[in-house]
Amino acid sequence: MNSLFRSKPWSYSFRTIVFIYFIGLIIIPIVGIYTQSFSQGLASFIDSLSDPLAWKAVLLTVKLAAIATLINVLLGTMIGWVLTRYEFVGKSILNSVIDLPFALPTAVAGFILLLLVGPSSLFYEWFGLDLVFHEPAIVIAMMFVTFPFVIRGLQPLLEELDQSEEEAAYTLGSSKTRTFFQIILPTMLPGILSGAMLAFSRAIAEFGAVVLIAGNIPGKTLVASVYIFGEIESNNPHGAAAVSVLLLSISFLILWFIHKLNRGGQA
Amino acid sequence: MRRLWITLTYIVVAVVLFLPLYKIFTGAWADGFSGFADALLRPQSLHALQMTATIVLIVTVVNTLFGVMLAIYLVRASWLSPFAKRLCNSIVDLPFAVSPVIGGLMIVLLLGPNTVLGTMFNNLGVQIVYALPGMVLATLFVTFPIMVREVMPVLQEIGDQQEQAATTLGAYSWYTFWKVTWPNIRFAVMYGVVLTVARSLGEFGAVLVVSGNIINKTQTATTLVYQDVENFNVVAANGIALVLAAFSIMLLLLMEWTKKRKEVH
Amino acid sequence: MHIEVKNLNKEFGSFHAVQDVSFEIEKGKLIGFLGPSGGGKTSILRMLAGLETPTSGDIFFHGKRVNDLPPQERGIGFVFQNYALFKHMTVFDNIAFGLKVKKQNKAAIKERVQYLVELTGLKGFEHRYPHQLSGGQRQRVAFARALAPEPQLLLLDEPFAAIDAKIRTELRTWLKDMISELGITSIFVTHDQEEAIEVADEIMIISKGKLEQKGTPWDIYKNPQTPFVASFIGESSLIDNIQCFKGYEDVPTNEGIKALIRPEYIEVGKSGEIVLASATMDASVKHLHFRGSEWMVELEIEGQKLITYRSLEKDVLHPGEQVKVLIHRAYLFNEEKSWIMENPLKVDPLPVYI
Repeated sequence: MNSLFRSKPWSYSFRTIVFIYFIGLIIIPIVGIYTQSFSQGLASFIDSLSDPLAWKAVLLTVKLAAIATLINVLLGTMIGWVLTRYEFVGKSILNSVIDLPFALPTAVAGFILLLLVGPSSLFYEWFGLDLVFHEPAIVIAMMFVTFPFVIRGLQPLLEELDQSEEEAAYTLGSSKTRTFFQIILPTMLPGILSGAMLAFSRAIAEFGAVVLIAGNIPGKTLVASVYIFGEIESNNPHGAAAVSVLLLSISFLILWFIHKLNRGGQA
Repeated sequence: MRRLWITLTYIVVAVVLFLPLYKIFTGAWADGFSGFADALLRPQSLHALQMTATIVLIVTVVNTLFGVMLAIYLVRASWLSPFAKRLCNSIVDLPFAVSPVIGGLMIVLLLGPNTVLGTMFNNLGVQIVYALPGMVLATLFVTFPIMVREVMPVLQEIGDQQEQAATTLGAYSWYTFWKVTWPNIRFAVMYGVVLTVARSLGEFGAVLVVSGNIINKTQTATTLVYQDVENFNVVAANGIALVLAAFSIMLLLLMEWTKKRKEVH
Repeated sequence: MHIEVKNLNKEFGSFHAVQDVSFEIEKGKLIGFLGPSGGGKTSILRMLAGLETPTSGDIFFHGKRVNDLPPQERGIGFVFQNYALFKHMTVFDNIAFGLKVKKQNKAAIKERVQYLVELTGLKGFEHRYPHQLSGGQRQRVAFARALAPEPQLLLLDEPFAAIDAKIRTELRTWLKDMISELGITSIFVTHDQEEAIEVADEIMIISKGKLEQKGTPWDIYKNPQTPFVASFIGESSLIDNIQCFKGYEDVPTNEGIKALIRPEYIEVGKSGEIVLASATMDASVKHLHFRGSEWMVELEIEGQKLITYRSLEKDVLHPGEQVKVLIHRAYLFNEEKSWIMENPLKVDPLPVYI
């Protein structure tokens, strides 16, 4: 065995196979969708996007994802802070459970939310609020699915933050609030930002959790991913590809920002 | 102040995470145990669960192998220029940014019945879209970055000195990998495996698009939940959802365990 | 193992790390690569080990060119700067690794490891993991592990850098004894001249990728061949205008000559203390530093600073005091050449023949 893998041809063919897999699985499909959506010319591409249902779906997605991200930034910063800075009963259980949305299938998540706030739920009986098939339900779904991102982005930075840095600020006469805003927050910011961007890009891409509770009313609660799904189902792959390209480009841009951010943080 | 923050954290976590968990565990028993059993023992349920298991198995094995190898190449390979490494490193993340539905669409566009490649495979007697191969491909695409992302930082952290030491002691790459590199990365790989299993178990959008969601043929556990809900068969949906949720919680516990082991070293 | 290196070059991108280095090492010698950090010492060591490929040039072991031989086949032992012990293996398994690779039988492995464990004074620690050992013990494990497969050449990269100053001296002597006992050709890299002088049979001074000088420590100290070696080895004061000093008035002024003067070639004393009074000149004491076993004296002569030592036995000097100074020898250099100049006045101008 040993001597078999010593030979150059083996190591070359390993390399080749791994990179063919990598290119075939990741690069070709992405390049494929871009070429497909432009294959019938730019005019047809713009035509697909100028369908009011299409651009309204994209706009709605971005708007709701932004709201969900904002909520997660606020809640996530608080929870991340509490989970690293304080000691209390049940901390480790809370810390473990944070990852639940990553482990739970999104379709199941959507289904549970439907049960929780849907027309036959206790919530509906008590408050009489009809959330399902309205925008708030979509925000809740997006929020649930992206819940861990900000917390997990923040925690390592807070753990790394040297207590003595804070103490130095105190000895220099800085108040608690001032120390928080000038010492602690700048340290946390990259984590919050990259967590938020990941959450946002995941939220605009979310499908499973949203499709069940959005109601998918065109122009009102139809988000981009569901619109794409509908176009595929109704046998219009080109329309689907056009909206996909728009959505993908937004996501890639965010991903690129995160990369830049992370690299800046390391330097 | 401190007390207030802790209480608030408890409330948020309870509402956002514990409440849904509670709901799913009670909901499945709404029609008693028999309702739950009936929902699970329907032929389409059994088939869907089997389908999911097959996909999870194949995807985890394939992406673990290729993910670990690509991670090693991207960290260690001297035959890749730093620029090529950086480029590949960025490309690895792309599936994270791609909506699962779009991931599915890509495969339909490339390999669907009306495409050149699709027809070619069809003539060879292999159906890809609306069949298992397509669903596996879609899930492979979606889960590819996970393993690479878990293994790369560990490889970077342990550095290559131990491997060089093994080299000067006469060990060749294969021996060095198993005796020196592997013991250092195995918990990271295990963590990656757990995450990959979780993600492929729960994959919905990409699989829905590629599979066509054909009962007893290409339906998976998650797409079955979707269909049951669409058919207003809430109790049945809840049964499958409970099984999936139970698996997720098991995975969550495994995640915690491997994460701790990973940090020991 | 006899080693020969010819015109070795290594470039990392545009950085020329090793420039045209050639040398020969006899079998059984303990060689120290000495020089400032980043000077290319480690690159040469790694090329000898096969961990780095030379850009050009040849390496011969026993007269056989080994450039294309992978590190596995070169019969070397390498001790890494941070030891690179296998974290997940016990001391025993670490040392046994190279033997297991060679598929030796269990009994032989056990015997060899046992021998090395005793040799390196690690008995009783065989089942510990690296993180349960002290720095010195880890170094011994790394040493034993490198020796286990009976290499013909031992390469050590800054072997003492990660060890507390206190036990460093102890380990040095230990290593020197161990290597001379085993009779194995060894090369170690260091940036600490004291270490190199104390441990090595022969030193190679390497700076900015070039081999400056090769020789025994004493040889290098006495006869530095380049200004870099002169200033790097031992202490010295750099003097711009040597012509102001008694005995050196004849040194040409127009050739950009500078001088390095070692403290031990400077004699300082109160007037009357120095026998050769005619060769002395006046100086003032600027500072005195107590160095434990002697005084370090900082002198000023015509605006130029000189450093020397003075025994505790002699009369104590005081800052500001006027003293006499005799400079026995200076190392002169300009851009083209360098030479050692003895103070000509030391030869009594009026010798009395009996």
